[in-house]
Amino acid sequence: MTEALLEVRGLTRSFGGLIATSEINLDVMAGETHAIIGPNGAGKTTLIGQLAGDLRPDAGTIRLEGEDVTGLSVSARSARGMARSFQITSIFPDFGALDNVALAVQAHAGHSFRFWRPARADISLRVPAHEFLEVVGLAGRADVLAGTLAHGEQRQLEIAMALATRPRLLLLDEPVAGMGSEESHRMIRFLSTLKTRQTIVLVEHDMDAVFTLADRISVMVSGRIIATGTPAEIRANARVRDAYLGEASLPC
Amino acid sequence: MARRLLVVLGFVGLGLVPLVAEALHQPFYIDLFRRIMIFAMAALSLDLILGYGGMVSFGHAAYLGIGAYAVGILAAHGIESGFIQWPLAMFASMLIALVIGAISLRTSGVYFIMITLAFSQMLYYLGISLETYGGDDGMPLRARSRFAGLVDLSDAHSFYYVVLGLLVLFLVVSHRLVNARFGMVIRAARSNEARAQAIGFAPFRYKLTAFVIAGSMCGLAGALLANQTEYLTPEFMHWTRSGEILFMVILGGIGTLVGSVAGAVVLLLLEQVLSSWTEHWQIVLGPILILVVLFARRGLVGLLPAEGRPRD
Amino acid sequence: MNAVLVLEQFLNGVQFGVTLFLLAAGLTLVFGIMNLVNLAHGALYMVGAYVATSVFRWSESFLVAMVAALAASLVVGMIVEIVTLRTLYERDHLDQVLATFGLILVFNELVSIVWGRAALYANVPTFLAGHVSILPGVPYPTYRAFVIVIGLAVAILLHLLVGRTRLGMLIRAGASNRTMVAALGVNIRLLYTCVFGIGAGLAGLAGLMAGPIYAVQPGMGEQILIQVFVVIVVGGIGSIRGALVGALLVGMVDTLGRAFLRPMLSLMLSPSAADSAGPALASMLIYVLMAAVLFLRPQGLFPARG
Repeated sequence: MTEALLEVRGLTRSFGGLIATSEINLDVMAGETHAIIGPNGAGKTTLIGQLAGDLRPDAGTIRLEGEDVTGLSVSARSARGMARSFQITSIFPDFGALDNVALAVQAHAGHSFRFWRPARADISLRVPAHEFLEVVGLAGRADVLAGTLAHGEQRQLEIAMALATRPRLLLLDEPVAGMGSEESHRMIRFLSTLKTRQTIVLVEHDMDAVFTLADRISVMVSGRIIATGTPAEIRANARVRDAYLGEASLPC
Repeated sequence: MARRLLVVLGFVGLGLVPLVAEALHQPFYIDLFRRIMIFAMAALSLDLILGYGGMVSFGHAAYLGIGAYAVGILAAHGIESGFIQWPLAMFASMLIALVIGAISLRTSGVYFIMITLAFSQMLYYLGISLETYGGDDGMPLRARSRFAGLVDLSDAHSFYYVVLGLLVLFLVVSHRLVNARFGMVIRAARSNEARAQAIGFAPFRYKLTAFVIAGSMCGLAGALLANQTEYLTPEFMHWTRSGEILFMVILGGIGTLVGSVAGAVVLLLLEQVLSSWTEHWQIVLGPILILVVLFARRGLVGLLPAEGRPRD
Repeated sequence: MNAVLVLEQFLNGVQFGVTLFLLAAGLTLVFGIMNLVNLAHGALYMVGAYVATSVFRWSESFLVAMVAALAASLVVGMIVEIVTLRTLYERDHLDQVLATFGLILVFNELVSIVWGRAALYANVPTFLAGHVSILPGVPYPTYRAFVIVIGLAVAILLHLLVGRTRLGMLIRAGASNRTMVAALGVNIRLLYTCVFGIGAGLAGLAGLMAGPIYAVQPGMGEQILIQVFVVIVVGGIGSIRGALVGALLVGMVDTLGRAFLRPMLSLMLSPSAADSAGPALASMLIYVLMAAVLFLRPQGLFPARG
């Protein structure tokens, strides 16, 4: 039994009296794309927050390749190989697209206590950054101010930044949210090409994306995971159907 | 390109001031512009952390005081060599910036502003309570810093060019700093701190380093100020001083480096002119500041035609 | 050093504390609800002090002076709010700091044009002169006792206002979640104006009472304002309870420190060392307090927001 890349045990977090996540257990294998779905208020955002390091769990552990990362800060987790995209697009708006990715490269290229050489002239940063921009299809927009990019392009940029940190685990928080059908199809196609090279944990509402990309799906309701399985298994699961009554319908 | 040309012209102009002043038999202008350049250095050091790092420090004048008092106290005890005084002034500023920064940078926003203000007032009151060194009234500087014959600061021209040289050096160093990897982290943290952390930067240590660098640069400006006025007083550290320096940065153009220099020139010249008309010149300056903040937020540099690239 | 002296300094600490509270309450509400850094708050205190002092000299009636000072600070506050502050609500803190700094320059200069730069000395009104016996054999200046009483009364009134009235409910809601209050359809403009008005009135009250105790001079607002900032940082932004606790804490630490640090130090150090170190350390005490609170609880002791 191979060890999971990401192993979550008993993850619990409440806000005041409200229990947001309760005793979450999750195993994500290396190379797997694991989707987390559930109705609004199920606790998906809180779960991602705890995985990424924004929120401290009240109880439970998170292990990345066997190492306990539960107490680590956001930047320490990035150093250990966790990368994320945000639900509400978060990039460096005052920098160009290439600069954005170069910053991600820089963050993992040793310390930044270098005070003299211009970073923009540093090919060890610029060349990889350019490559990642190409991977996501933004090579032509390298010099555009990131704040002026279209919404879909900004989301692509986020993924480029995440990839540039050479992660072992990608946390994607609603990567196709707010995208038109054309854009989201492009994004889904792109994410499929990543599947082979990355371990991905994906939170999504868009069932198209989920059922195309996911190897396995976990369903969260009211802070708990009520079912985990392959897409076929989840589709057939009666409890899941009940949970989704009135919410997004599962594609047949 | 036009901007670069203006900057070069500006510095050539500054370089010519002593010669022009001599020709017009108005040595007062050497004194005035030297003072302006010293404050330009202080403003420049503030722009580093304010314009690029987003750290609104309302206590930056504290380092002027620390640098000045370092020189003054050493001189009072017989140590008049600039080779010892000036590095010590910078070192003292560095240490205090380290302490203040380590505490203040744990906060942000409104708290940060208030805390930096409070710390500088603390140093101000400390200065007042130092009876041995003049307390409230301050004390005269025994003698200008000596440099073992290398340069004589009691010669107005030599002192002027030392200050000019240091200002240019500061500008070059700052420019390099903000465009190097270090500067990128600071600027990224200002642009989007959550994102900076998510890609793997731990911004605190870089911000603290920037804070300390800015503090020690301002400390050197303080050492120069003590030599300039040949008198030190706790007023150097008063919070209204910090406000003035902030004003210079905004007036010139926040986050542009040269803007701070321009802002210092304009503000101090304005003060000079206004105070010759009326002793109540602050009542004119106040509204000017308000109007700049409300309507000309990007300062003098912002009034220049925009450059093609959205950078630097 | 005896018990009577300690008690007297303790009460002085409370008196300074309530003065700080009157200023801190208004300022913390303005910070908390309107997210506005208002450096010119001290100017309203100054207006209260100057108007009270002048009107008292002219009218010889404390009541008239009080009314005039309160009215003046309310009016000036309103004008400042309408002319300048309204545009600043949307701006970032740096802009607010600089613009209100500009206001301070204007106020201080206006005051020195009208009244000159020299400090004015206000007289204690005759009916409040002299001493009261707090305890048998323990006299305490009547005027200072008066300040304490008024200050605590205002604290209670504010507590009732914030806890029991509709306006108070809106204030509490606004302090913990400004956007939500706006989204609920509350007339934000009016709420802001009310809050600002309360703050201005409190500052004016502090100022009019401060005249006989502290020097009335240009710049007096900023001198105390920075200590008010310490109070707010210690107490927590947006919280009146925090303002009261913070103010009393800061008031005590500062007063008792100034009174007793030097004598205490002279027990351990030589008299001359104590003489120089004492006042220096005493003036630093409240900042040390602030640093300590920040270290342990960066949000202050009673933050309004969770």
